[in-house]
Amino acid sequence: MLKIVVCVKAVPDPKEAHKIKIDPVTKTLIRSSVPLVLNLIDKNAMEAALQLKEQLDAHITVLSMGPPPAGNIVKECLALGADRGYLLADQAFGGADAYATAYTLAKGIEQIGAYDVILCGMASSDGSTEWVGPEIATFLKIPVVTRVKELVEYDGQWWKVKADVENGYRLVQVKLPAVFTVTRELNTPRTLSFSGIIKARKKEITSWGINQLGVPEETVGQKGSPTIVSNLAAIESKREVEIITGTREEKAERLVQKLADTGVI
Amino acid sequence: MQKQTGPVWVIAEQIDCQVLAVSLQLIGQARKLAMELETSVEVVLLGDQLDEQTRQLFAAGADKVYLGNAPELALYQPEMYVEIITKLAKERRPEIMLIGSTSMGCELAPLVAARLATGLTAHCIDLVLDENKILENKIPAYGGLMSIICPDKRPQMATIASGVFPTPHPDDSRTGEIVPLEVPDDIPGLIQTLQVVREEPEGVSLESAPIVVAGGAGAGDLEGWRKIADLSQVLNAALGSTRPAVDAGWTELETMIGQSGKIVSPKLYIGVGLSGELQHMVGVVGAKVMVAINSDAKSPVFEQVDYGIVDDCREFIPTLIEKIKAYQEKLVTC
Ligand SMILES: Cc1cc2nc3c(=O)[nH]c(=O)nc-3n(C[C@H](O)[C@H](O)[C@H](O)COP(=O)(O)OP(=O)(O)OC[C@H]3O[C@@H](n4cnc5c(N)ncnc54)[C@H](O)[C@@H]3O)c2cc1C
Ligand SMILES: Nc1ncnc2c1ncn2[C@@H]1O[C@H](COP(=O)(O)O)[C@@H](O)[C@H]1O
Repeated sequence: MLKIVVCVKAVPDPKEAHKIKIDPVTKTLIRSSVPLVLNLIDKNAMEAALQLKEQLDAHITVLSMGPPPAGNIVKECLALGADRGYLLADQAFGGADAYATAYTLAKGIEQIGAYDVILCGMASSDGSTEWVGPEIATFLKIPVVTRVKELVEYDGQWWKVKADVENGYRLVQVKLPAVFTVTRELNTPRTLSFSGIIKARKKEITSWGINQLGVPEETVGQKGSPTIVSNLAAIESKREVEIITGTREEKAERLVQKLADTGVI
Repeated sequence: MQKQTGPVWVIAEQIDCQVLAVSLQLIGQARKLAMELETSVEVVLLGDQLDEQTRQLFAAGADKVYLGNAPELALYQPEMYVEIITKLAKERRPEIMLIGSTSMGCELAPLVAARLATGLTAHCIDLVLDENKILENKIPAYGGLMSIICPDKRPQMATIASGVFPTPHPDDSRTGEIVPLEVPDDIPGLIQTLQVVREEPEGVSLESAPIVVAGGAGAGDLEGWRKIADLSQVLNAALGSTRPAVDAGWTELETMIGQSGKIVSPKLYIGVGLSGELQHMVGVVGAKVMVAINSDAKSPVFEQVDYGIVDDCREFIPTLIEKIKAYQEKLVTC
């Protein structure tokens, strides 16, 4: 049986994320209550797992590190068809950079047990580093392929996959266990079904803190992060806008004239 | 006695033996940082049948080039590349390591950083030294600029997109030392790149286009997106995008402009149906003339451009295209 772990992240809803701003005076973040949602591309990672389960004999575990409300996205993945859910939630995990996040997730994966394929999204919408997948692989001492856009073939030991590169692809052969980070091109995620939601009610989510992981406090969260934010600065635009007014026709006419005058068209 | 600061490193990249522009740009910036730190610039270049390329690296500002030149290294091979770079970094103890945020760089950088147990900052738009000579990695966030530092661990690592720093003017009188690298023979062999297939990109290239039309979430749907694409076509412009347009599947990741995408500096930039989020706008700050078309008069995009049109882009664009065509015809006839 193919044992799959899907790492999913709860991110501020991208539709409302712009509400989080820097206060130009205090240089701190003005946080409005932006709801947490499942990182968009992680749905593609989840879909890849579900398709593998349909084709092969597979077991899907979902794993997320985040505050307690992140449990909702784990639940969402259970409703999509995952078999088990784990949430790594602890004050001590807070303020983690990609390195500490990957370390904590890797420890969680080790604790969960045997694994063959670990799936991540290519990037999260808020961190957007792309680092978490490859760093998990390094901590687990297994290979990784990032930006996977096609799973070509599997012979029971080796996968052949296509990874996205500038204007083309890289054909990679990799031995399991391995980490794949996936792109949007890989598949089209399914939507939640009513029967899935009902079934998920019976599935449990295991929540682990630092004690269950058995890691020293200085290796996780902000303390375990090599990088820190040292400054936040507001920036001002140097351009002064001229709003072109009139009827639709006039606006178009005037804009073309302006652009012609400045010599750019 | 004061300890000598470790070198500033650049991991250069080549495709078919052509050194990428971003590698030269990073060497140029590394030179500046190295002058302030009173240290040297060292470049790692891996590939096969490389020779003349080292001169280009020296001319851009390298003092020393570590050259891996072997058939096994022709294509990016993660295990070998990571092994070579981490082993050498442990010996040479670089203070800073810069990597281009290409598809290879974005995989290689975290693999090297995790192996060296150090910090890595993604997609920086500026690199400066603070008063303690610590590298400040600037990234746009929350409508402002965030500085990220890696105070204790070394090297301080960062990835940077092409176009963030200018390509240095080559100084052909510069020379340096070439240190050949061995191919490691103790890699696990769990992963191999078999082949890399690249196609000629279609349409006008974003980086070199004099006019860029970028579309965002405001396109609404694929039909709306096509109108924006039509506008780019009549202007013979390159078509760029924001993250939501890519996520919606209207366009490819290659067209995304911004912090984690392409950096462009056209004569004219027209942003259609996009809100002016900094992560996108940092990709176009170099544009000469900027226009925004947005249905919301209060959109922050209007604070960042020269000309603004408040209108529904799906209605406005067809009219604009007509007027542009009329202007173009006039140009031809007179
Ligand atoms: C670390 C990080 C890196 C990122 N990197 C990038 C990057 O490189 N590039 C990038 O683009 N994004 C990037 N993002 C995402 C970025 O923060 C924004 O989410 C994104 O740029 C917003 O895209 P948008 O303006 O198209 O969408 P929105 O912010 O949703 O704006 C849509 C706009 O369209 C307008 N509109 C709606 N309907 C119409 C209509 N009919 N006609 C005209 N206007 C209309 C609305 O008024 C609104 O202003 C990154 C985010 C993070 C956290
Ligand atoms: N806190 C987290 N919990 C679970 N998975 C995560 C977390 N952070 C990042 N990931 C995974 O790593 C991917 C890349 O994230 P990032 O490195 O932040 O761009 C995401 O798409 C997730 O699959």
